Amino acid sequence: MTAIADVPEAPRAARRPQIGNPVLRWLRANLFSSIPNGILSVVLLALLAKGIFSFVQWGLANAVWLTPANDSSACRAARGVGACWAIIPEKYRFILFGTYPFDEQWRPALSVLLFIALFYLSSRRALWRRELVLVWIGALVLISVLMWGGVLGLSFVSQDRWGGLPVTLILATFGLAFGFPLGILVALGRRSKLPAIRSLSVLYVELIRGVPLVSLLFMASVMFPLFMPSGFNIDKLLRAQIAIILFAGAYLAEVIRGGLQAVPRGQYEAAEALGLSYWRKNRLIILPQAIRHVIPPLVNTFIAFFKDTSLVLIIGIFDLLTTAKTAIIDPAWQQFSVEVYIFVAAIYFVFCFAMSRYSRGLEATSGQ
Amino acid sequence: MTTDARRPPPRRLFGAWGRRELQGLFWQVLVVGIAVAVIGFLWSNTVTNLTARRITTGFAFLGREAGMPIADSLFAYNPKDTYLWAFVVGVGNTLRVAVIGIVLATVLGTLIGISRLSANWLLSRLAAVYVETLRDIPLLLQLLFWYVLMQALPAARAAWRPIEGVFLSNRGLILPAIPIGPLQLWVLGAAVLGCAAFYLVRRQLIAQQLRDGRPRPGWPFALALIVGLPALVSVLLGVSWTIERPELRGFNFVGGLTLAPEYFALLIALVTYTSAFIAEIVRSGIQSVPRGQWDAANALGLRRSFMLRQIILPQALRVIVPPMTSQYLNLTKNSSLAVAIGYQDVVSIANTTLNQTGQAIEAIALIMAVFLTISLSISFFMNWYNARIALVER
Repeated sequence: MTAIADVPEAPRAARRPQIGNPVLRWLRANLFSSIPNGILSVVLLALLAKGIFSFVQWGLANAVWLTPANDSSACRAARGVGACWAIIPEKYRFILFGTYPFDEQWRPALSVLLFIALFYLSSRRALWRRELVLVWIGALVLISVLMWGGVLGLSFVSQDRWGGLPVTLILATFGLAFGFPLGILVALGRRSKLPAIRSLSVLYVELIRGVPLVSLLFMASVMFPLFMPSGFNIDKLLRAQIAIILFAGAYLAEVIRGGLQAVPRGQYEAAEALGLSYWRKNRLIILPQAIRHVIPPLVNTFIAFFKDTSLVLIIGIFDLLTTAKTAIIDPAWQQFSVEVYIFVAAIYFVFCFAMSRYSRGLEATSGQ
Repeated sequence: MTTDARRPPPRRLFGAWGRRELQGLFWQVLVVGIAVAVIGFLWSNTVTNLTARRITTGFAFLGREAGMPIADSLFAYNPKDTYLWAFVVGVGNTLRVAVIGIVLATVLGTLIGISRLSANWLLSRLAAVYVETLRDIPLLLQLLFWYVLMQALPAARAAWRPIEGVFLSNRGLILPAIPIGPLQLWVLGAAVLGCAAFYLVRRQLIAQQLRDGRPRPGWPFALALIVGLPALVSVLLGVSWTIERPELRGFNFVGGLTLAPEYFALLIALVTYTSAFIAEIVRSGIQSVPRGQWDAANALGLRRSFMLRQIILPQALRVIVPPMTSQYLNLTKNSSLAVAIGYQDVVSIANTTLNQTGQAIEAIALIMAVFLTISLSISFFMNWYNARIALVER
């Protein structure tokens, strides 16, 4: 809430005597401050209790936690009364890593850890320096080596066999890594004084933002071979990655444009007065300020297209959601898809929740 | 201004063209040249490939028989109809889920956004948990989840009946309905006419109040025009408003309004997901109204409903409307996820067409055209609304 300076805040807390049990006082203030409020609280408490009770019954008390390998009879016996969490230990390797060779799955696991470390490093305000770009390049090269192999004694694994969480993280992170510079160029283009460049940028942004990602992905999977010389073709994953980069570029460009607009005019004029060229002016003066302004919305955009990478399911790429959906095709486990979806939802939630908390923290401290 | 005679005039290479203009021209020619070259390269490849595959470009295929089944549609359709009609049916299906989704998501999102600001701790915490959970899980995952739950519902014969006449089963949600015939349409037309007439009357009333400052109640006119006029038409034409209750016959339901499981799952997923975002927009909109506005309205002794309607909401709406527009656009675009659960919206039908005819470019172009049209219409409407409620400054 914004406090208005010339309206003196009444010292409410100080005047009211603090009597009675603090717990009762809290209940009175927050749940039973008036009669309708009290009724509402009672109804909500009853509903909440009922909901928690039935979830505990289904998810904990009556749940099946472990079964012998590939035997779902215990789960089928408990169907309808209890959850079958046993499907997670049974299938988690496939859900997390897809069809990556079983003995080599430490490599995608390590890649996932590297991604998390990379996100963590990028979130530290003290490390927001130019060297961070080098760290990103290094980490992405290392991850590519780990996933593909073929060097340093690692066996080669073709990207057709990649799957699960690493693919989701690759699509999102590489989308950001390439979409971000693209977004900067397009944002500058859209604010350029040169009419041809400006209209090309506007056309790109509005076309991409005007259509759903699903149709872009269709285009990448169906039309890309048509666009290329015959005989030349690239892998499906890479095509989806290109579509996601183009998609991310358009959305990031709009966020960055917001930041550019927030840089005061005096900064532009001062840079020009120093005789800096267009590129040096933007690189040294304008962009560092503009990007700092929009880091919270940039994180939110990243969350949005981290979730949107799940759409590659529609063109049959094995990301986390597709491996989950494939894991329950197995007839023995077919009926327990709700449990698998809850498991995968929890993974997505952890990533997105961490990022959204972080973005909110930045927003709260950005004024300081 | 004094001119310095000693200073030589700036050197210009080509008449009026300075260095800066030349640089600008150079960059533009370069970028446009690259764009034209890339597009030309892709175009020539495409033409070669299409000739090799013997696909004739153009929209002539739209007149051919589609032959694809569409299970659930707003408009009447059978597989013998043309591709063009199949597309129209697809657009109808997209609009059917998008329009109803937008209305429901706005209502639900507003309720949850207000709940987050409630003085009741439990209610505001529950609303916060709802928002956080739904926002941080991919929509496609939620959609698949709802669809699995739909399929796990009991069969038609053992359908749940939460209220008399409402059935929830793996055939979807079946509701009682009022059959709409030509007579009923006249009454609905009268209602629309009544709304339009009331809008004009209200403008007149406000203009009068601005002239002499005396408030004039609008509700008698609203009652007469919006309720009275349709009721009069209904009585004059003798329209019957019998409610048709669905009944179970054999393995399926007869009568009533059926929401297929695919449609119902898509609607639930879109509405709950978007409502979480709308709730945040509504909350921040209300919080953006300075405290002094509440205090001043209270100090004037205004009634709470009057205060909300005349003081708080008009100011909150200015903050709410622009981001709301983009949520509406998102919901419409997200409705294309329907293809994952087999609800035949325009994207799904275009995709089938593409697989059957190989007319990839035309199919994608049609999708783009449809979504660009919908997006532009929503933006146009919301911009008009936004301009109406925007702050009028001196």
